[in-house]
Amino acid sequence: MSAKLSPRQVGDVTVIDVSGRITLGEGSSNLRDGIRDMVAKGNKKILLNLGEVSYIDSSGIGELVSGFTSVANAGGQLKLINLTKRVKDLLQITKLYTVFEVFDDEAAAVRSFA
Amino acid sequence: MSEDTSETKQVDAYLDSALGSADEAEHLVLGVAQQMGFQEDDLHKIGMAVRESIVNAVVHGNRYNRRKRVHLAVLTGKDRVTVIVGDEGEGFDPGTLPDPLAEPNLLQQSGRGIFLIRAFMDEFQIRRLSPSGTEVKMVKHIQ
Repeated sequence: MSAKLSPRQVGDVTVIDVSGRITLGEGSSNLRDGIRDMVAKGNKKILLNLGEVSYIDSSGIGELVSGFTSVANAGGQLKLINLTKRVKDLLQITKLYTVFEVFDDEAAAVRSFA
Repeated sequence: MSEDTSETKQVDAYLDSALGSADEAEHLVLGVAQQMGFQEDDLHKIGMAVRESIVNAVVHGNRYNRRKRVHLAVLTGKDRVTVIVGDEGEGFDPGTLPDPLAEPNLLQQSGRGIFLIRAFMDEFQIRRLSPSGTEVKMVKHIQ
């Protein structure tokens, strides 16, 4: 199953629940389009919930990075919650774990945008 | 006693230059690796390395050219699986690949595929084919 994005609003933070596979092709383009759409609508506080992401490849990592920079360039912030062990491992070996702000708790993550 | 380095070819396939070949290759390789007794974590790493290799061959090597094929071979030894992926592209100098962990490259969108293959497999070699193409050979040992 390629990535599915379900956005919801928590205060002024847009939480995007992502599920499925973020791999080259439909999965990574869904993520790219979803984040671009949020930025175009003026949402600058974006929290990606990756708890239901079953698989991510180098292209998917690239889309996370691209989303991070495009939100930052628009004057906003993109943060991550609920990383699976495999996604966390991938971000650690690619040194991106220190680039992203990562949370386990949604309420704490939402508060961090204030 | 010398190490047993003999290998048996289990898969020798020519795949389309299409992204769907990554699924096909992953299925073929993991079928062999599962039979050998690799554990789930290593199966995930092998599968990911295979996917990254096939994507590189399709996208950067054959550039989706339908007239070109991607060669996949899987060999098994006493305690290891060897996967070979070859394309018919123009080839490249692996020495020119930027380091994805270097500070200026950290936020690049691409350039992590071969780095991840190296991280996930125990051995990795890349070579130019004659007259054209690139071949990667990767090995994973059973823990």
